[in-house]
Formats: sequence, structure tokens, C-alpha cells
Amino acid sequence: MSVHPDVARVIGYVVGTIAFVALNASFLVWLERKVAGHIQRRIGPKEVGPFGIFQSLADGIKLMSKQLIVPEGADGLLFRLAPLLVMIPAVMVYVVIPFGPALVARDINMGILVIFAFASINVLGLLLGGWGSNNKYAVISATRAVSQNVAYEIPMLLTVVTLVMITHTMSLNQIVAQQPTIKDWYLFPWNGSIMLPIGFLIFFICSMAETNRAPFDLGEAESELVAGFHTEYAGMGFGLFFLGEYSNVFVGCALASIMFLGGWQCPFGLYPGVHWMLIKTYFLVFVVMWVRWTYPRTTLYGLLNLSWKVLIPFALLNLLVTAALLKVF
Amino acid sequence: MTPILSPQGLAGLVFLGCVAMTIAGAVVATNAGRLIRAVTGLALCLVGVAGIYYFLDSPFVALMQILIYAGAVCVTIVFAVMLAEPHELKRIGKIHALAGPASILAAAVLTWGLAALAVKTAWQPAACRANNGAVEEVGQSMLTTYSMSFELISVVLLIAIIGSLVLARAGRSK
Repeated sequence: MSVHPDVARVIGYVVGTIAFVALNASFLVWLERKVAGHIQRRIGPKEVGPFGIFQSLADGIKLMSKQLIVPEGADGLLFRLAPLLVMIPAVMVYVVIPFGPALVARDINMGILVIFAFASINVLGLLLGGWGSNNKYAVISATRAVSQNVAYEIPMLLTVVTLVMITHTMSLNQIVAQQPTIKDWYLFPWNGSIMLPIGFLIFFICSMAETNRAPFDLGEAESELVAGFHTEYAGMGFGLFFLGEYSNVFVGCALASIMFLGGWQCPFGLYPGVHWMLIKTYFLVFVVMWVRWTYPRTTLYGLLNLSWKVLIPFALLNLLVTAALLKVF
Repeated sequence: MTPILSPQGLAGLVFLGCVAMTIAGAVVATNAGRLIRAVTGLALCLVGVAGIYYFLDSPFVALMQILIYAGAVCVTIVFAVMLAEPHELKRIGKIHALAGPASILAAAVLTWGLAALAVKTAWQPAACRANNGAVEEVGQSMLTTYSMSFELISVVLLIAIIGSLVLARAGRSK
């Protein structure tokens, strides 16, 4: 029986995406531990495989062999549903990310919107997980995660709107195609608006906060809340939250490199392709980890003040200045 | 019969999945004993509806449906429940004996009315619609044809914000 090429394509992308999400997460866990180790003058994992690179695979097998315990008094259904609600949107957004000129599962002309629509479901998963656990720390953590996500979604979307005003398209592949060499990157102020570098900074800070990464990881502040919304999760339930978080970190950095750093285009116009996309994205991921192990956790009020009193006014200013520049020139 | 492993077959499967999600979500939303489960059902139902919009060739509406309803409205409801109602809501009082049959009757009339409306209306063929709901068209008609409603909606939101601020201030002084 011959399979229709479109069907084969769908199956190929589904399998490929899930494999990539899992491998990416295990690689990032290893990288995070290595980066943390070297920043703290340790060497990190080194026993399993060369440079300890198989450490996360070993951890994954350990997590999968563990029993998924539902605590007494918890809402069993929601408790089991929450990791899925975190994981499914995290995988869904890979549908529109262009890894290469032709390597994109579905190049619809509203790619940016797809990513933000599905990323917004993530919070619901955290909320239900925190609530379903029947644990006061988990509930406090869930409320924190939500107020943080709501606060940082506004400047993030404002920055994206500003960029879309310059690019005239929401298709991620077209945005990449508009930046063939390093001087065309939307990171630089001469490509449409003098506020673009500030826009990039706002976007990067917001994507760190949206994925609950330190210094914005108030949701899982270990010193106050045990482990936050996944306190009660054992085994792969916890593993899925973790996978979702690392997958979201990758998506945030991929989006930043697509919108501001030219995605799969080579900075010097030589051999564009998937390797440039991965180099740029993993560099940004490294910066995210670097920030995490350099700065201490902020306070909740500091976090919310940063968003409402600094980032949102600047994002609005960015929008107004860009609109005025586009109108005048 | 279309084989399942063909583009049409897969599309049909996904469509049936969306319909099943919508119905299952609606049933959970109306029948769940716990408020928070009902909200989860509502979110499921809304995502299913978004899938149907996508099938109707309106990806913009579908994505906005997910972003606003599942991502914002449901999260706001869950948040409100968590802040206001730490314990589960008990079912209040006994339900009147006539409530069941009456609601079935009302649902039947409503379904019949909507179905009749859908069948009898002379729908515009898809080709005549404004560019399949592309973002540019939506934006332009929002700021020209529908600018009045657009402005009114923002006034409503402004009033809601002021109202919540007034309530919050009153709560703080207590």
C-alpha cells in the first residue's frame, strides 16, 4: 500500500517534532547543569557518557520508571490533565517555526499568532496543576505564575505588534526572508525604527519571564514554596512540566532569533540553512542560562513593578515612535 | 469511502475530533460538580470551536478564539475561583421537578431554531467573502465600517477597569 505524500509528510513532522522536543529538552538539561557547574567553579555531570552527555537520558529513564502518585484529597483528573496541558501547546507551536527555508511543518501566514495563541494555554496547565495538587504552596505558586504571565504578555505582544508593523507580515518565514545578511537584522535601529534594539531587549526579558526562568522564577521559588506548582508531582508528571519548560525556552529563543536575528539566514550571506537557526537559537538559550546562574531571584513586587512600570511604558513608547516613523518616512 | 490514510481522511478525523471536543467540553462545563472542572470543560469546548473555525477557512478567528477565550478568559475565571472560593462550591438547594423536562424542551426549541436558521438563510458563497478573513481586511473594516462598535467596546472595557479599581479600593480600606 502506498501512502499519500501529504500523509507521509504529516506523520514525518509529527514524529520529528516530538523527537526534537524530547532530545532538545534532554540536551538543555545537560547544558544547564554544565553551565551552572562551570559558573559555580564545578564541572557538572561527567560520569554517564563523554562529558556526561547521556546524564539526562539516564535521568529520563529513572523518571519514567517511577510511580505517578496522586496525593490524597487532590483532584485526580485535573492533577493528571495539567502536565498534558503544559506539554501539548509546547509541542503545537513547533508547527509554524521555520527551521530552514523549506523545513517548516506548516507555513501559515499567521505564524506569530499561532505561537502566542498556543503559548497562552500553558498558564492554564500551571493553574490547574497548582490547584489540583491540593497543596497550599502549589496554589500560591500558581497564582504567582499567572500574575507574572499576564503582566509580561502585554509588553511582549506590544513589541511583536511593533515588529509586525515594520515587516508587514506575520509569516515567520517571510520575516526571516527579509533579513538576508547581518545588516538587515531587525535587531539594528536602521532597519525601520530607532527603537528596535529596545524592542529586542523587552522581548527577550519577557520571554524569560513568560517561561518562568530565573531571575523571574517566582513560581518555583524553592526557598519559599518547596518546588512551586509541581511540588506534588512525581515521576514523569514532573518530567512533563520540565520538558514543557525547556521546550518553551527553546521556542522563546527561536522566536527571538527569527524576528530579530535573521533565523536560518547566514549573517554573511553564505550557506543559509537549519544550522544557522540552531546556532543562533542555542546561543540565546545559553544567554538565558547565563543570566539564570548570574542574577539572584527577584521579589514578586520587583517583578511586577518591572513589567507594569518599566517594560509596558517602554513598549508603548516603542509602538508610538515606530508608528510615527513609519508614517513620516 | 475515503481511506483514513489520505489527506481528506485525516482532515475528516481531525474535524470529528474537534466536534467531539466541543460537545464533550460543553457537557463537562454544564454538568461538572466542581467549578474548576467546569472551567476546564469550557476551555476544551472553546478550543474545539476554534478548530471548527479553522476548518471554515478562518484561521485568524480560530487563533483569536484560542488566544482570548482559552488563554485569557478561562485563565481569568480560574484565577478568580482560586482567589475567591478556596473550597468547592456546594450545590445549592434542591432542583425543581420541572427543571429537567423544561430545560430539555428549551434546548430542543433552541436547536430547532438554530438549525432552521442555518438551513433557510441564503448564505453568501465563500468566494464573495472579504479575502477569507485576512488580517488586513479585518483591521481595515474595524477602523472604518465598524469603528463605532470598536470604540464602544473599548469604552466598556474602560468602565470595567474603573469599576474593578473602585471595588478594590473599597476592599483595601476595610
